[in-house]
Parts: sequence; structure tokens; C-alpha cells
Amino acid sequence: MNVRTMQISRTVGFYVALVLFCLFAVFPALWMVITAFKQNSDLYDPMNNPFLFNLPPTLTHIESLFTQTNYPIFLWNSFIIGVIVVAITLVLAVPAAYSLARLMGHWGEHSSIAIFLVYLIPPTLLFIPLYEIVTVLGAANTVWSLILVYPTITVPFCTWLLLSFFRSVPREVEEAALTDGWSRVGVFFRVALPLALPGITTCIVFAFALSLSDYIYAAVFVSRTASRTVSAGVPTELIRGDIYYWQALMAATAIVGIPLAVVYGLLFNWLVKGFQVELPRSPRA
Amino acid sequence: MAILEVRGVAKHFGGFSALNGIDLATREGEFLTIVGPSGCGKTTLMRVIAGLEKPTAGAVLLNGKVVTPLPPRARNIAMVFQSYALYPHMSVADNIAFPLKARRVPKAERERRIRWAAGVLGIGALLHRRPARLSGGEKQKVALARAIVRKPSLFIFDEPLSSLDAQVRAMARAELRQLHDRTGVTTVYVTHDQIEAVGLGDRVAVMQAGALRQIGSPQELYYEPANTFVAGFIGTPPMNLLKHAGATVGFRPEHAMPRAAVPQFKDVATFQVCITRVEFLGSEWLAYGTVDGEFGNAKVLCKLREEAIGKVKVGEVQEFVVPRAQLRFFDKETGRRTVPAPV
Amino acid sequence: MRNETVLGGGAAGGYEEPSQCSEHVAIADRDGVVGTIMLAPAVIYVIALVAVPFFLAIALSLSDATVGNPSAHQFVGFDNFTSVIYEAAFTFALRNSIIITAATLVLLTVLTILQVELLACDFPGKRTAQILLILPWAMPVALAAIGWLWLLDSEFSPIDWLLRAVGLLGPGTVLGPANNLYYLGREWLGIGAVVVINVWRTLPLSTIIVLAGRTAIPNEVYEQAELDGAGYFRTLFQITLPALAILLIVAILFTVLVIFGDMTVVALTTRGGPGYATEILPYWAYLKGIQGGALSQGAAIALFLFPVLLAASVLALRMAYRREG
Repeated sequence: MNVRTMQISRTVGFYVALVLFCLFAVFPALWMVITAFKQNSDLYDPMNNPFLFNLPPTLTHIESLFTQTNYPIFLWNSFIIGVIVVAITLVLAVPAAYSLARLMGHWGEHSSIAIFLVYLIPPTLLFIPLYEIVTVLGAANTVWSLILVYPTITVPFCTWLLLSFFRSVPREVEEAALTDGWSRVGVFFRVALPLALPGITTCIVFAFALSLSDYIYAAVFVSRTASRTVSAGVPTELIRGDIYYWQALMAATAIVGIPLAVVYGLLFNWLVKGFQVELPRSPRA
Repeated sequence: MAILEVRGVAKHFGGFSALNGIDLATREGEFLTIVGPSGCGKTTLMRVIAGLEKPTAGAVLLNGKVVTPLPPRARNIAMVFQSYALYPHMSVADNIAFPLKARRVPKAERERRIRWAAGVLGIGALLHRRPARLSGGEKQKVALARAIVRKPSLFIFDEPLSSLDAQVRAMARAELRQLHDRTGVTTVYVTHDQIEAVGLGDRVAVMQAGALRQIGSPQELYYEPANTFVAGFIGTPPMNLLKHAGATVGFRPEHAMPRAAVPQFKDVATFQVCITRVEFLGSEWLAYGTVDGEFGNAKVLCKLREEAIGKVKVGEVQEFVVPRAQLRFFDKETGRRTVPAPV
Repeated sequence: MRNETVLGGGAAGGYEEPSQCSEHVAIADRDGVVGTIMLAPAVIYVIALVAVPFFLAIALSLSDATVGNPSAHQFVGFDNFTSVIYEAAFTFALRNSIIITAATLVLLTVLTILQVELLACDFPGKRTAQILLILPWAMPVALAAIGWLWLLDSEFSPIDWLLRAVGLLGPGTVLGPANNLYYLGREWLGIGAVVVINVWRTLPLSTIIVLAGRTAIPNEVYEQAELDGAGYFRTLFQITLPALAILLIVAILFTVLVIFGDMTVVALTTRGGPGYATEILPYWAYLKGIQGGALSQGAAIALFLFPVLLAASVLALRMAYRREG
């Protein structure tokens, strides 16, 4: 096999593999979107090609999702919870990350894996005692139970993410500010924070998305429909007995899931950066 | 009163000893260069002086006052970093204004000083640009402007020219020295390049492995090195150092000549040298050779003028001489300068 | 050590203690104090709502609390643990957890390596590919689970339709004779479905982790390998994989933490079925503790997760710090 053939087959192989992986990742979402627009008699005919619109696509299911179900309430609850949780997260995680990056010595700077592990502590380990705590505090069945608990997920994650952003602010720039006459606090607000702004924006996005993604706490702490979030409400409320309103269900999942994927995808490289180890600094001369 | 005094400063990082007890005092308004190989501790010393590191032992005094426990902003020092450390999110003007804002200088005065500093360095046209759009030389000027704008007691330059291209470096060197002469502020200038150190400094301090090996004028270091390290570090090419009996003998390459070229010289030491190779340098020639006899097969370098080169026979052993007054003797073990010994 | 000077200045002095300074160092300048103040709120918060509940879980598991009476804390010693272990469901739950997690990890490792190789290259449309490939992780678990539920529907699954269209499913075919594969209704298919969903949603994160290491391998290494005549697979196995080994292990350990402790997928798709085939430990804890009302027993079951999670975390930390040198 000559070189040219090998190159071509390599490229073809590459793109075939790429397409297969992309299909695997996106297939469920694709199916969600198609389903959402299908008419009943089209969808529920097993002989029909499911990927084609054998009958024209329709908006009725999406309409009924918004007008005849509690979906808008779920969206609103998720939104409110998201906003407040983002605020709490920023207040806690931004200073914590800076402190670890610059003020807590060698261990602080390299604590990123340990922090990420805190994020990975599964809710299934803690949800029962947390349920107790939340009940005792009188917050059960309200959005406040989730607002209280979600930062346990978002704060570790965002601290981890911001840690890598603060570490990438060049040390010498901060030191120049110190010799120029600012205190450490001044350097934080005037140099570190402005330079880590992309990280903070990323944090806002992720904190919001993470509070959307939880199911366990949302399902266990809140059973009252009016206070449910999207993750807990959609699987439970859009199913009447044994009857699944699939089009509405799929529309409900796609409306939240796909924009999240786009946002995460645009921030892909920042996430990779969060796991990259800082190269060892050259020894001082 | 010395602007800067360093007393017994030591700095240990875990098991590693970066500074081993440094004593130093600057003279009023001087340009002091600190030079040494990589890892000798010169940057660590600067950071301790600036307040970016706390020393493990010892004290730093500025204007007679102990400043060791104080943060950088309480010492009136301006530091120019190797990477210039400009604030990327601010314009040039804001970069220069930053130290003034820290000291709450009122706006009108601030503007005046920025214009003055920009004028001194010729960067008036760059005031609205961001650092990302500046060349290396321009960034250096902004860093300098930021340093001079607040009239500090001491400048510290940490290898400020090493990021520049060779052509730009020579010009920048001259401009830096002129800036010092103009402002009259005591300056400490760190570099690993001994040519630069010797060329720029009123005094030169040589550091090695965390210790100060010698401090003095460039001429002192060149003609009267205190130890073999300084002798071998200062000067290009470095001093020839030969082991002989109980001592180490040194002489500068330009002081060794073939006997045949200088028959009239008296009071010389003689060496049997076999020249293996000569290189044309333009104004002089460089002769590489080995010395026989009691010196083992030590390598030597000689710098010869046009008249002398004719007397050199490549590949043959010849008599070379060095005026005794130009010989330097060092202790064989410690490397310290000692009294002359018979050769 | 003293200065060595022949001529020239320099104070000849020994060490000197820093003398008393009358100036007070402001708090804003004290890095240690500022750092602690900045870190404290987050730490306190996490301790209050993670560490405390953890110890509470232990306390709960040693009590007889129920949903109806959550604050009744009668110490019952290890009764909950023993009664839980003796239940038949316990062995099933443990076994299922291990099988599903192990299968997920194996599949995930292979796919991660391949996907990382793809994403390590530059190609047109990379941005779009990144968006597509991250979707499984970005989508909220519960919503994704519902999506898969529909995708694997026993009547209308499009996968079944495709299989029928190419003649692999239906009467007289390889996968027949039925017209549908009952993914969630047959034991091994159900387990397989949960494994596939797990792999699907954890692949993006493990890819990102390993990619962080892959991009650190300098191009020159591959150029040298090409010059030396190494083929694709040899390069993969002798250069890429050893370099990525540690991060791959970290990614796998993280996945253990995500999968072993997760119950959402099972809760919304197989619901532990068919029979008890996919009833994993955390789901069983949920059934017992919340749905069944026996809080203390639920807590006890959940605590069985802890040793595995701890082992995985400790290993991940050690691997990661070994890498950071």
C-alpha cells in the first residue's frame, strides 16, 4: 500500500470514527427533537419510518406542554433556584479559589483534585440525612431546601474550576501590583479578579447548569408540584398513570438539555484547562 | 547613610538553601549590578529586598529603617520584572497610573506625572494601547515608566534585558544607564551576563550558590579577583587558572605572550606552551594551547596582538611569558586569593 | 559565611535578628490571614452541609428513625446493618452495583481512549463536534434518562426499527423472532441498557480529563515516532497510553464515584427491574429509606457505598499527586 492510499484511508477512518462517536452522543437528543414535532398517528405507527415526518410536523404538543402542564412552573422554579444558587456560589467559591491558588501555599495550589472529589461525593450518600436536616429546618417541600443544598455541589465544582483560572494569572503581575503599592486584598480586586473574569463567567454558567441537573435532592425534598424543578417535575408530572405523553416529554427534555449542551460545548476548552496541571516553575535564579 | 542594607539575610526553601547569609550595603545613588550564574540566588535576594519573600534569617534596611516584616507596599521600592509584568487588562496610561492610584495621588498630579514619565521614555504615543499590542522594547519602556513615575528610594531591575533581541539590548542598556544618571535613584540591577554587569555597574557584586563572592568596582573584580570563582567568571575570555604545587596560579589571556615577541621583558614567569589552534578575532587573535611540565596538561587561552601572532608556531612547544606583576595566586583548596608563591 | 572582599565595601556582620519594628502590619497585607478569611465561608458551608450530614448518616444508620418520625433517635447499634445484610436483596444489590460499574468502566476506558485520539487532532468543525460530544454530560441526568426510556421503548424504539429495516430483527432473523427487543424487560438487556446509558453520559467527562493530559504530550514525540517508523497502533500502545495512564486511572476512579453512587438512571428507566436485575445499592437505599419510610435502614444501605467511594477517592488523589510530582 503506497503512502497516498494510507493517508487517504487514515483520513477516511478518522472521519468515520468521528461521525460514529458524534452520532452515539447526540442520537438521543436527535430523537427527542424529532419526536417532539411528530403527530400522534405518525409517531405511534410502528410501520412508519421514525426518522421521517410521514405526516407534517406539528407544534401542538409543544403548545400543550406550555399551556396544559406545569412545565412553565418547573422552568420558573429552576430559574429562580439557579439564580440564587449562582449568587451564593460566587460569594463562596471565588474568594475560596483565590485563597487556595495564591495564599495557602503549595498544598492549596495543588488541591484541585481533592476539591473535585468533594464535588463527586454522591447525593445518594447524603440525601437521607440531608432530608432530615431540611425537614427539621422547615424547608422541606419548598424551593429553599434546594437553594440550601445545591451549593454543596456547585461550590466545590466552581472552586475547582476557578482554581485553575486564578493559577493562570501570572504571578509576576500580582507581585508587580504588590510592589506598586497595593495590599493583597487590593491585588485580589484590581488584578486577579479582572483577569479571571472568563473563569467567573464560566462559573456562573456551570453553577446554573449544575443546579438544573440534580434529580435526587429535587425528587426527595420536594413533592409539591408548585415547587418542583424541571429535573424532578418532568419525569413525574408529565406521566398520567401509565400514559406517557411522549411528544411533550421529549420537548420538555430537549428545551432544557440542548441549550445546556451548546453552552457546555462552547466552554469545552475551559473544562480541559481545569484538569491541566501547571507546568513546574523554573527554579529561582 | 546607605539606602539599602542587607544584613545576614538567609533564605531556605525546605531543604534547599537559596541564600546563605548575605551582607550588602549600597552607596548613595550608585548603580550596583548583581551577577551570577543561574541558581545563585540573585533573584531570591531581590525578592527578599522587595518584600515578596520573607527571609529565614537576617534583616533588610531601607533608609536606615528595618523593613523586614513589612509588606512590599510599605517599602518605597520600584521593581522591574524580567517579564515586565504589565497589567494586561489596562492601557499603558493606566499601567503607569497604577502605583499612583495606590498612593491616592490626586488625578491632576497623576496625569502630570504620567506625561512626564512617558516623555522621559519616549512612549507618549503609546498611552492608549494595551500591552498585548506592544513590542518587547516598548513593553520594557512602559515597565520603566511605571517604575520611575513615583520617585522611589530604590530601583530593582531583575534581568530586564534578557527578553530582548541582541541588537535592541545594547541600545536599551545605554538608555537604562542614562535613565539612572538622570534620576539619580540608587539602582540594583540583576543579570546573569557578566559583560553587561561589568559594563553597566558602578560596583559589581558576584554571587554564587547563595553567597556573595565579591563586591567592588569592575576594575577591582577584573584585576584583583578575591577567589577563583570571580577570576573565572569575570572577563571574556576568563582568567587562566593553573594548578601548581601548592597553589592555583592565574593570569589573564592578554598577559601571556610568546617569549620571542617580548625579549625585553624582565621579571616574568615562563611557561612551556604548545599552541594547538589560533582564531582571528579582528583586533586580536585567540590562541588555544596546553601547558606542559609542572602544570600537567592544563589548557590555556592567550589573547595576542597582531605583532605577537607572527612569533607563534602552531603545534610546537614554545616558551611563553607572563609578567610576574600580572600573576594572581589562589589557595588550592578554598580558591581564595593568597600571597604570591614561587613559580 | 562572610563576604570575601579584597577591596570594596560591604558590612562585615554576622546574622542579625529582625529588630522590633514599630509599624503594624495591616491585616490586608497578611497573606495567611487574608487567605483564611477568604477560604473560611466555603469550607464552613461544605463542612456544615456535607461533613455533618455524613456523620448524621452514620448516626441515622445506628438509630431507628423513620420518615414518619425522623427525629426519633433510639440507638439500636448495628441492628440496621445486620438486618440489611441478611436480606436477599442485599446480595443482589451489591452484585448488581459491582457488575454494572465494572462493565461501564471497561467500555468507558476503550471509548475514552478512542475519543481522546480523535479530539487530540485539529479538524474543521471541531467546535461543533465538541458541542455534540459533550451533550451527554451536559444534559440533566433525569431528562436524559427519560429520553433513553423513550429511545428504548418496547414498542416504538427507533433502534428496533433500524434493526428491522436491515433485517436483523423480526421473525426468522438473528435477533428475532419478536419484532422488538425488550430492552428494559429482559435481564441482560436491562443491565446492558443501564451500562450503555452510564457509558454514554460519563464519556464526555472522562474524555475531558484524559484530553487534558493528551494535549500535554509534545508533538515532537509523535514526529520522532513517525521518523522511527512506528505505525498507528504501536504509537498508541507504546507512547500515548503510558503517558496517559495516570490520568486514565483518575478518570476511571472519578467514573466509579459517579456511577457507583448514582440512582437516577435506574430510578427512571428500569426501576430496578426486570425483577431485581438492575436494583443497585443506592436505588435500594432510596426504595427502603424514602419510599419505604425506613430512614435508618436506607442510611445504613447508603453507607455501604462509602468504602468503595473512599477507596476510589484515595486512589484518585494519590494518582493525581503522583502526576503533579
